[in-house]
Amino acid sequence: MSILVDQTTRLVVQGVTGREGEFHTRQTLDYGTNVVAGVTPGKGGQFACDGRVPVFDTVREAVEATGANTSVIYVPAPFAPDAIIEAADAGLGLVVCITEGIPVNEMIRVKAYLDMKGVQLVGPNCPGLLTPGQAKVGIMPGHIAMPGPVGVVSRSGTLTYEVVYALTALGIGQTTCVGIGGDPIIGTRFVDVLALFEADPETKAVVLIGEIGGNDEEVAARFIAERMTKPVVAFIAGRTAPPGKRMGHAGAIIEGGTGTAAEKIAALEAAGVRVAEHPEQIARMVAEVIS
Amino acid sequence: MKLHEYQSKRIFARYGIPVQEGEVASTPQEVRSLAEQMGCPVVVKAQVLVGGRGKAGGIKLARTPQEAEEVAARILALQIKGLPVRKVLVARAADIQQEIYLGIVVDRAAARPVMMASSEGGVEIEEVARTHPEAIKKVHIDPFVGLRGYQTLWLAKGIGLPPALHRDFGRIAQGLYRSFVECDASLAEINPLVITPEGTLLALDAKIVLDDNGLFRHPDLAELRDIDEETPSERAAREAGLSFVQLDGDIGCMVNGAGLAMATMDIIQHFGGMPANFLDIGGGARADRVATALRLILADPRVKAILFNIFGGITRCDEVARGIVSVLDEVRPNLPIVARLVGTNEAEGRQILESSGYGIITATTLAEAAQKAVAAARTH
Repeated sequence: MSILVDQTTRLVVQGVTGREGEFHTRQTLDYGTNVVAGVTPGKGGQFACDGRVPVFDTVREAVEATGANTSVIYVPAPFAPDAIIEAADAGLGLVVCITEGIPVNEMIRVKAYLDMKGVQLVGPNCPGLLTPGQAKVGIMPGHIAMPGPVGVVSRSGTLTYEVVYALTALGIGQTTCVGIGGDPIIGTRFVDVLALFEADPETKAVVLIGEIGGNDEEVAARFIAERMTKPVVAFIAGRTAPPGKRMGHAGAIIEGGTGTAAEKIAALEAAGVRVAEHPEQIARMVAEVIS
Repeated sequence: MKLHEYQSKRIFARYGIPVQEGEVASTPQEVRSLAEQMGCPVVVKAQVLVGGRGKAGGIKLARTPQEAEEVAARILALQIKGLPVRKVLVARAADIQQEIYLGIVVDRAAARPVMMASSEGGVEIEEVARTHPEAIKKVHIDPFVGLRGYQTLWLAKGIGLPPALHRDFGRIAQGLYRSFVECDASLAEINPLVITPEGTLLALDAKIVLDDNGLFRHPDLAELRDIDEETPSERAAREAGLSFVQLDGDIGCMVNGAGLAMATMDIIQHFGGMPANFLDIGGGARADRVATALRLILADPRVKAILFNIFGGITRCDEVARGIVSVLDEVRPNLPIVARLVGTNEAEGRQILESSGYGIITATTLAEAAQKAVAAARTH
C-alpha cells in the first residue's frame, strides 16, 4: 500500500516539452511510472521524450485520449495557475504542481477553486511524490528510496532526500514520500497527509520535516495528539533563522514573532512527537520507534 | 519587497483613500522651503524600511520652517536599526481626535486575506494582539466574492466607530482591499487611520509589503525597490537567481535546497559556530551557480571558512565534485574549505575533492562537517 500515487497512476505532464519538464519526465519514465500523456499548448500531435510521450494541446484532450488520472505541472509561474485550474476542470483527482514563484494572491484563488471542486492539489513549489517501486511524480531522485514501512512528509526538497537516503542506508524503506512545498499557500498540508498515512495499513511510522513560517506544524501536532496512533518523528529547520527574512522558500519566514522553530518544536513535543536536533538523528530515531 | 511610507501613500491615494500626503526631501534646506510653502506646523518623518521610527527619533514635529530644517538635519544624520536615513517625508501636521488601525494580511491557515481593524491605532498590531487581543476585529475575505459591505460595517461597529463615519470607513476598507489585490501585496496597512476634529478619516501612515513572486507582473512597482533593503551581496544574489541572506557569522555556507541550507545553519550554531549567510544554490548544483555563489561568499571579509553541503540526487556527487573543482580552478579562494557531499556516488565525489590539490577538508556526516568548519574558522 501507499498513498496518493501507485501503480494505477496514469500521469499527464503539463509543460512536458520545456527543459525542466522533459528532463524530469525522462527520469519519471525510467523509474517505471505510467506516463500516458504530455500537454503543451500549440504542440498537440507531437511526441516528447524520444517518442515515448504523446503531446496534446489541452489536458481535456489528453484525458479523453489516454484516461490520465493525475497531473504533474512544470509550466513557468505566470502560466501555472491556469495549468492547475485546467487540470481540475479536466476531471483529474490529483494535481501536483512543481512550479516555484506563483503569486500568493493567485494561489488563494486557485486553492479556493480546487477546494470547491474537490480536487486534491499537492504544492506548488514542491518536489512532488514518490512511492518507491511504483510511481514517481515530480523531481525526487527515485533511486535513493526503497519500499518499506515509513511515510515521509516534508515542506522541503533536498533535506527530505537526505533523510530518505539515510533511512534507505539503514535498510528502512518508505511507503510514500510527499513533498508538500515551501509556499505560504499550498494545496495539501501536513494534517491531510498525516490522515492518509494514519489510514494506510502499511505505514507503521511517519517522518515529518517542517520549517519556520506559518503554523501548519502546530496544527499537525494537535492532529497527532488527538487522532494518530502511529509514531511520528519530526525535524524543524530554521532554529537559528533571523526574524523577518525569507529563508529561500516563500513561506519560510518568521513574521510578527510567530512561526518560530521553538514554537513548533514545543507543540510537537507536547503531542508526544520525538523531535530530532539535527537531520542525521532522524533515521536512528525511526529505527528505534519501529523496532 | 517593502515600500516606503511615501510610496505606499501614493498608491493608497490612487484607490481613493484620504491620505496625509506631503513631499519627499533629502536635504534640510529642501525641508525648510517645503515647510515655508505648506505652512507650519509640519511633521518630518524618516523614510526607512524598518518599524519603530518614532521611538528611534525619526519622526518630529516642527512649529517653524527654521525648526523643520533643524529636525530634518538631525533625522537625516540618523541610522535607524542599521539603516541610514536618506529621505524624509514632510507633511502638514494633522490634528488627531482618535487613532485606529486598519490592515490586510494573508492568513496562511485560512488561505484567505484577513482584514483587521482595531480601536488601538498608532501601536504595532502585534503588540495589540499580545496585550488586548479583544480590541482587534477580523474578517476573512473570500477571493471570489470580495469584501462585502456588511463586513466593513461589522468592523466599524466592532471598533466603536461613530455611525457618521461608517460609510467613509467602508470606502477606505474597499480601497485598501483593492490595492492589496491589484498590487499583489502581502500586507497593506494604515496605522494610524485618524479621526480628525472635523470628524473625517485620514491615513497618517501607510505601509505596503509586496509579494516578491508577484513583481513579474508589476514592473512599475518592481522599480520602487530601495537599495537599502538588501546588502550588495543579497542584491547580486537576487540578480543571479540565488537565494541568499546575509548573517553575522564567519562560516560561509553553500548548500543546495532551502530546508537543507537552514538545517546547515542550525547545526553550525549547535556546534558553537556562526554562519555568515544562508545560501541556496538550487537543485543540481550547476557549476555556473557554484561559481557565482562562491564569489558572493568570498566578497564578505568576515568569512574565515567555507562549508559546502550538497545533496547529490539526480545530479550525482561525482559530477557535483568535478563542478566544484573546476570553479576552484577559476576562483582560487584562499580560505579553508570543508565539503560534505551526500547521496549518489558520494565516495567518488569525496575522492575527486581530496585529490584536487586545494586542501579541501572532507566529511561524511553533517555533524562532522559542521565541527570541522567551526574548527577551521577558529584557527584561520
